[in-house]
Amino acid sequence: MSAADVRDATRASSAIASAAHEVARARRARGRRRRTVIGVLVAAVVVVFVVSLMVGRTFYGPAEVLGVLLGHDVPGAGFTVGRLRLPRAVLAVAAGLCFGLGGVTFQTMLRNPLASPDIIGISSGASAAAAFAIITLSLDDAQVSAFAIVAGLAVAVLVYLLSKKGGVAGTRLVLIGIGIAAMLDSLTAYVLSGAAQWDLQEATRWLTGSLNGTSWPQVVPVLIALAVLTPVLLSQSRDLSVTQLGDDTASALGVRVDRTRLIVIVAAVGLISFATAACGPIAFVAFLSGPIAARIVGPNGSLLVPSALVGALLVLVADVVGQYALGTRFPVGVVTGVLGAPYLIYLIVRTNRAGGSL
Amino acid sequence: MLTALPAETASGVAAVRRPRRSRALWLIALIGALTVVMTLSLVIGTRAVALDDVWAALGGATDGFDRASVAKRVPRTLLAAVAGAALAVSGAVMQGVTRNPLADPGILGINTGASLAVVAGLAFFGLSAATSIVWVAISGAAVTALFVYTIGSLGRGGATPLKLALAGAATSAALASFITAVALPRGDIAANIRSWQIGGVGGGTFSSLGQVMPFLVVGLVVCLLSAKALNSLALGDDLAAGLGERVAVARGAAALGAVVLCGAATAVTGPIGFVGLVVPHACRLLTGVDHRWLLPYSALGGAVLLTASDVVGRVVARPAEIDVGIVTALIGAPFFIWIVRRSKVRAL
Repeated sequence: MSAADVRDATRASSAIASAAHEVARARRARGRRRRTVIGVLVAAVVVVFVVSLMVGRTFYGPAEVLGVLLGHDVPGAGFTVGRLRLPRAVLAVAAGLCFGLGGVTFQTMLRNPLASPDIIGISSGASAAAAFAIITLSLDDAQVSAFAIVAGLAVAVLVYLLSKKGGVAGTRLVLIGIGIAAMLDSLTAYVLSGAAQWDLQEATRWLTGSLNGTSWPQVVPVLIALAVLTPVLLSQSRDLSVTQLGDDTASALGVRVDRTRLIVIVAAVGLISFATAACGPIAFVAFLSGPIAARIVGPNGSLLVPSALVGALLVLVADVVGQYALGTRFPVGVVTGVLGAPYLIYLIVRTNRAGGSL
Repeated sequence: MLTALPAETASGVAAVRRPRRSRALWLIALIGALTVVMTLSLVIGTRAVALDDVWAALGGATDGFDRASVAKRVPRTLLAAVAGAALAVSGAVMQGVTRNPLADPGILGINTGASLAVVAGLAFFGLSAATSIVWVAISGAAVTALFVYTIGSLGRGGATPLKLALAGAATSAALASFITAVALPRGDIAANIRSWQIGGVGGGTFSSLGQVMPFLVVGLVVCLLSAKALNSLALGDDLAAGLGERVAVARGAAALGAVVLCGAATAVTGPIGFVGLVVPHACRLLTGVDHRWLLPYSALGGAVLLTASDVVGRVVARPAEIDVGIVTALIGAPFFIWIVRRSKVRAL
């Protein structure tokens, strides 16, 4: 080996080393961005959560709110904050996490941002079942959740089977989902019209989502669902990302595709259904959280956690805005519907221009 | 050889066209069906009425409970028939104009747009005159139609069914939220908001019917006059232009007629979906794709469907009533899914 060869080899290996160094640095930078975004989102959720406990007809300072949260007996604030505002704010966060997680899971799994559970009818199914269980059958909260999740799973299976015709085509699945959603929404309206009179509060809850009149018994099932199903989803997040490469590639990489998919579907539908049983299908949160999270995090690994946080933030902010910023108290779903639809239309326009996926 | 050709072509055309006689027979069958369902709509209700009382009521007698309730059912029945015809023709024309099998004033969000315009008019501009409500509804329908079509046709491939349906669903959801947002703070509208969220014909009166009839007649005439142009447009814009059709004008006129029809219907019934989707597709099976036949067929079919749906809505939940908008969605959505499943993926 001549001196020149040795020189070349050294140069080449140092080039490789510097390239590897470059990659590692970029990876670290991406990791930093992801951690920063998650940190900021968590901070934002905490701030809005506390603010939503403070504002209302009577304003309570941070000290009083903190006192109630720590379980001290604060006169006045004890009831208003502890009994009225706290369950509502907790449900806002919990439901937002559920919708954010469930939404982005479906979007990732089906490789289509439009295939979120609120567009393909799963939320509508859970909502129709919950309305039926509460209004027609007068069941209690746990039974209502059970009804909702069975209906949510049934709709997921139905949409899948109907769109399966020589392979599930994404477009067909979305269109069939839209049709199913339209049918289920009118079923909900039917259930509602069976009630003694058209109760606008109830109607808004089951058609667009509302946190009005939240009490602890409603919140508990959602918290349990979160505690059980979130770890399940997170444990599958790596395999879920791999399945995006296509079934064959994923199998070759050692992912048991069908098993992963089954676990993920059940977990995501569970989250969506429990949240919907408590506060209705809050419009567009499941659909929006994923794309928004993708924009702020960038292509840096799994979107599950950022999307969940975006969902929680969306619901919290929309509820505060709906209650106090507009003169009249609007249910949260009306606010997310009004704010979310323009963003959906913007996404459609942008996609159509680019000619690619969202 | 040269002389034989026209004869061959003519026989080929005859094979493609449905025989005139079967078309006429189906037309008679449809008229018969309409008579039957309209009669049922007068007889059946929360209170079943004997036929001779129906006759007496139609003759103008309003004495007695039975006759009075029939007298109330007359405008309702007429409204169901007229609105059904309007929505179905509107859907058929929209499918022709956009060359899109999923076009329907409900799916594209146009009915919701008309509804929102009316609610906003009631809330902000103190509208009360029925005529101005119709105008506002038609304007709302027109703006929404333009908006949805523009969004749906941006980008590659023009207005594909997926893009249009999606743009329609998104717009419809947003507009529905706006309806709730506008109505909630105003008690007087919130009390009646249900009729602007779910379409129904229960509130039909002779005066409201009289208010929209001129608009419906004009819209229907415009649509029927554009039937021939729609046939040319179905061949594609270039070929239609080659056939001497002024494409933009023809398309604009037909779309305007369709928007007037669904806007005016929505002004009295609230948003009713899927009639404009189901009926034209069903009628195409009977008459083929010639719009000169398809539009009258759709008018009759729409009248039959909406009247029948209204009767069903009154029967299944006795003594309560289900609004016809709910019934049509329950019938129409499976049909929508069937069309989607039937289409080839590439066509979507």
